[in-house]
Amino acid sequence: MSYVIIGNSAAGIAAAESIRKFDQKGKVTIISDEPHNTYGRPLISYFLKGTSTAGTMHFRKPPFYTDNGIDTIFGHAAVKIADKHVVLDNGDKVSYDKLLLATGSVPFVPTISGIEGKDNVFTFLKYDDAIALKAVVKKDSRVVIVGGGLIGLKAAEGLHTLCDDITVVEFADRVLAAVIDKQGGTIVSDHLENNGIKCILNNTVDTLRDGEVLLKSGDVLPCDFLIVAVGVRPAITLAKNFGLTVNRGIVTNTHMQTSVPDIYAAGDCVESYDILDGTQKILALWPNAVRQGRIAGASMAGHADELFDGGMPLNSVGFFGLKVMTCGIINPADESGYEIVRIAKGQQYKKFVMQNNMLKGFILINAPNRAGLYTTLIRDGVDLATIDGDITNGIGLINFKPEERAKKIGGGAGR
Amino acid sequence: MKRVYAVEKLCLNCKLCEVYCKTAHSKSKDIIKAHKTEVPEPQTRIFVEGDNLLSFAANCRHCENPACVEACITGAMTKDPITGIVDNEKERCVGCMTCVMACPYGVVKAADIAFKCDLCRGEDEPACVKHCPNRALIYIEGGSER
Repeated sequence: MSYVIIGNSAAGIAAAESIRKFDQKGKVTIISDEPHNTYGRPLISYFLKGTSTAGTMHFRKPPFYTDNGIDTIFGHAAVKIADKHVVLDNGDKVSYDKLLLATGSVPFVPTISGIEGKDNVFTFLKYDDAIALKAVVKKDSRVVIVGGGLIGLKAAEGLHTLCDDITVVEFADRVLAAVIDKQGGTIVSDHLENNGIKCILNNTVDTLRDGEVLLKSGDVLPCDFLIVAVGVRPAITLAKNFGLTVNRGIVTNTHMQTSVPDIYAAGDCVESYDILDGTQKILALWPNAVRQGRIAGASMAGHADELFDGGMPLNSVGFFGLKVMTCGIINPADESGYEIVRIAKGQQYKKFVMQNNMLKGFILINAPNRAGLYTTLIRDGVDLATIDGDITNGIGLINFKPEERAKKIGGGAGR
Repeated sequence: MKRVYAVEKLCLNCKLCEVYCKTAHSKSKDIIKAHKTEVPEPQTRIFVEGDNLLSFAANCRHCENPACVEACITGAMTKDPITGIVDNEKERCVGCMTCVMACPYGVVKAADIAFKCDLCRGEDEPACVKHCPNRALIYIEGGSER
């Protein structure tokens, strides 16, 4: 059996490990257009900051590939899927019995006049992006980041150790617009401002000129380096060209199998079922990718016990020590039908969104401990009538029924 | 594998498990220094909840399929394939706290980085169990819910 995995990040690595768990003999090959061993992709901002180094970026310890008997083809893009083989950018063909597409995302670059062919324009998704930025950004460089989402803000934090003048320009009325509400976004942007990052909201970059950018509002900012971080799109070109069923992302069943039986897909390039709103959507989240990769790998090796039953939005991220967690439905467009509790005290902010006596989402800023219990209430659809006390005041295992607690930490009933 | 289980009807709410956990995870291994002077402050990895009427101590379940490992963006959180111990490599953890948010038992602790029970790696019996005065924590072979 010959397994080929395109993609060397969360989903691809989880799949390779999963395949090896069930099949120690088959040939496993990982193809990646990046020239690096697997690394923690979100660590690229920590690499700028210096918290993570070339010695600690690895997602698996370096002997991972040899220890697991995995062949690697790095630094070459897969450009085409054909019948039972993959064509690389150098013309080589790699044949497969089972193929996994773990191709992830590509940066979305909007129309900005003057960026075409400029060497001072960057996206921020790859280790090489961070390496390149680190090489050119100097203490007195002026950096403008388009997009105040997770990627843009982490880039800002990382760059702050390298240069002083950083401005984030965000189109929405708040930073982290996709994962936080206005009140929480304000705490984050205020904190960034206090740490020396300028945040401009309700605005965007219209034109890059020599040494400056023109904003939509007509204002002009000095700019030596422009980072485009408005979002990502699933990398679906290979899948589309081969004729796999693709909507916004690659469509799979619960085994992560695509519309072609020997081809599987996992991670940010697929559409996932959102257990909270029942829709199929891109859930570009690390834990989701790992789980899907694990399931895909097992399925490819003939073990279909675990099914992907859906995921939900879940993000935990820090900015200059501010700990931000958001999960599930945090900002319903129409609040009717929801019970919403907000508790704010200085830089601490907690928001709970409940519906039909179930927790559906939360924001926790600077209140991280025991957050996993809230996540569990959402994921398991726990009826809050079975939970003692008011969960918005705090939560522990003590709020659960004794028999539930016995299962969780007592090793079963009767102790 | 052997895990630490809580017997809540025997728990006295004395919190000695927390005290000895902190000491066991200090540099000095000295109970006074660990609690009074050591920098950085050692971190307890067990959580006593409740009051004198009902209390218990919760720590890591070392799950078969750990949500914290699945969530870890750095690869620092691992489950040892031989011992089954789930532990966090502090040199590689960047403190994103995704594991804290993912743990269904709420027993990964958020400080500057994430801290969790390592079953006092290498010891015959974890410090919390060894120093529990009423056997409200037991270290025996058993399963995990997940």
